[in-house]
Amino acid sequence: MGTSPAVHLRDLHKTYIVSEREGGVRAALASLIRRRKQEVKAVDGISFDLSPGEIVGFLGPNGAGKTTTLKMLSGLLHPTAGELSVLGYIPWKRDRDFLRQITLVMGQRNQLVWDIPPIDSFELNRAVYRVPAADYRRTLDELTEILELAPLLKKPVRNLSLGERMKCEVAAALLHRPQVVFLDEPTIGLDVTMQRRIRGFIAEYNRRHGATVLLTSHYMADVVALCRRVIVIHHGRLLFDGDLADLVGRFTAHKTIVVTLGDCGADLSSYGEVVSCTDGDVTLRVPKAETARVTGRLLADFPVLDLTVEDPPIEEVIDRVFREELS
Amino acid sequence: MRGLADIYAQQFKVTIASFLQYRAALVIWLIGHVLEPLIYLVVWTTVSRSTEGSVGGFTAGDFAAYFIVLMVVNHMTYTWIMYEYEYRVRQGTLSPDLLRPVHPIHSDIADNITSKLITLPGMLAIAVILGFIFRPAFHPVPWALAAFVPVVLLAFLVRFFVEWTLALAAFWTTRVSALNQMYFMAMLFFSGQIAPLELLPHPVRVIAFVLPFRWTVGFPTELLLGRLTPVQVLTGIGMQAAWLMAGLVLMRLVWRAGLKVYTAVGA
Repeated sequence: MGTSPAVHLRDLHKTYIVSEREGGVRAALASLIRRRKQEVKAVDGISFDLSPGEIVGFLGPNGAGKTTTLKMLSGLLHPTAGELSVLGYIPWKRDRDFLRQITLVMGQRNQLVWDIPPIDSFELNRAVYRVPAADYRRTLDELTEILELAPLLKKPVRNLSLGERMKCEVAAALLHRPQVVFLDEPTIGLDVTMQRRIRGFIAEYNRRHGATVLLTSHYMADVVALCRRVIVIHHGRLLFDGDLADLVGRFTAHKTIVVTLGDCGADLSSYGEVVSCTDGDVTLRVPKAETARVTGRLLADFPVLDLTVEDPPIEEVIDRVFREELS
Repeated sequence: MRGLADIYAQQFKVTIASFLQYRAALVIWLIGHVLEPLIYLVVWTTVSRSTEGSVGGFTAGDFAAYFIVLMVVNHMTYTWIMYEYEYRVRQGTLSPDLLRPVHPIHSDIADNITSKLITLPGMLAIAVILGFIFRPAFHPVPWALAAFVPVVLLAFLVRFFVEWTLALAAFWTTRVSALNQMYFMAMLFFSGQIAPLELLPHPVRVIAFVLPFRWTVGFPTELLLGRLTPVQVLTGIGMQAAWLMAGLVLMRLVWRAGLKVYTAVGA
């Protein structure tokens, strides 16, 4: 019980065949006769398992293969090779029982009908997913409450703001209470408040229903707030799979010490690399192993008003992971 | 079955609500459906008047009746799916439909039928007005009227499945318009939309008998006008059934093959 993974990938591959040509008329004419085909390995041998109830961050730069992987997991794309199962189903077979238990939310894509109020689209989803009337009402009430949808339900979708529409999209995607939730940039283009609300909602949904969540986002705040475990891919290959804290530990050789002295008069370059000094706050970069020693020396040598030791921001860490892979 | 009926009921509501947002577009669409047969009607009645009152046995009144009925039949069996699929595949808007636990064809059927129900009264009103202007020789036969109901329904289904299947070409090429153009030219000619098939040379009629086009427009029209014998009607229904089966089988095969190459671009 509970040991079989909700999502299972083994050596998954997806290769697209794209025809390409140079710019210009001559190349355009030439391509009429012979088209040059090129193979693009969007996903190049990825393996991981997700346990039921896990929330996992799925990271990588643009074009890393995240969305392609999510599309294969939700049954939109046929894999070129490899093993793939979600809740014991093979996604591309698009078994109705499988589709009833999953959802894919895409931040830049909408499933709500543009010209009618969201509540009508919700009703259509109720019918399509065969949600019993009582369950539907309960779930709708719950979603309306957490996402504060009440004032939006009866306005045509085209009159909603991006944030309002996104909340309704998320609600529409979860009305059938899927056990596995794939989220592709669910907070893209939203302001900070709205991002936080969607984030809070995802955590709450996971807690209430024990759903498995795989999330991609360019906002590290989403990942830090929601995911203990992260999977990082680049060029279709797996770079890292483990705790977010380990990722930071493994890819950062430095820590940041911010020491408040009250002014910028003192020269601290013998203690570490001085990154900046503003309003008497000096920011130092020191090798991780040196942190304790440097901190001690600073406290002994200066009248320190305040001192904090920090890991570099997660964005910086991720950026370094991608760049190290590139070099 | 009850689940499917529920889906259709909800889809009806969605289509009606969306449709009513675009009343102007609706009127333009209706005008388009009236103008084309109206042009042929005017051409042929003029020709028949200038050639001693009839062409191949068709009087001006016969032509008027033919094109007015054809206009209504064409409206009933018409689909716009071939224009739409290219967009769906190229823009990736098919993806949300594929995530749902129901075949996407159902929402298309429901959408089509709803649109027809909304626009049919307008179409019938136009037919009556044209009747006053052009004086059609329309003498309906009771048994033909009764047979018309299943025949026009079969015609709709044949046209729907054939065109839905052809629309799936969008999975392989992003330029479907050329194919659509060819299809519509053949449709215009072999369905009886340009001229009644009776007036065309024998070889053309043989080809029209084999192809699906006639069975989706010309056949129900001829039936309603009482121009067919019971044997011809039964043969026609047989051809409709054959094309319906062929359409269904082809659709399943092409759909499955298409999904394999679908790249879900953008979405």
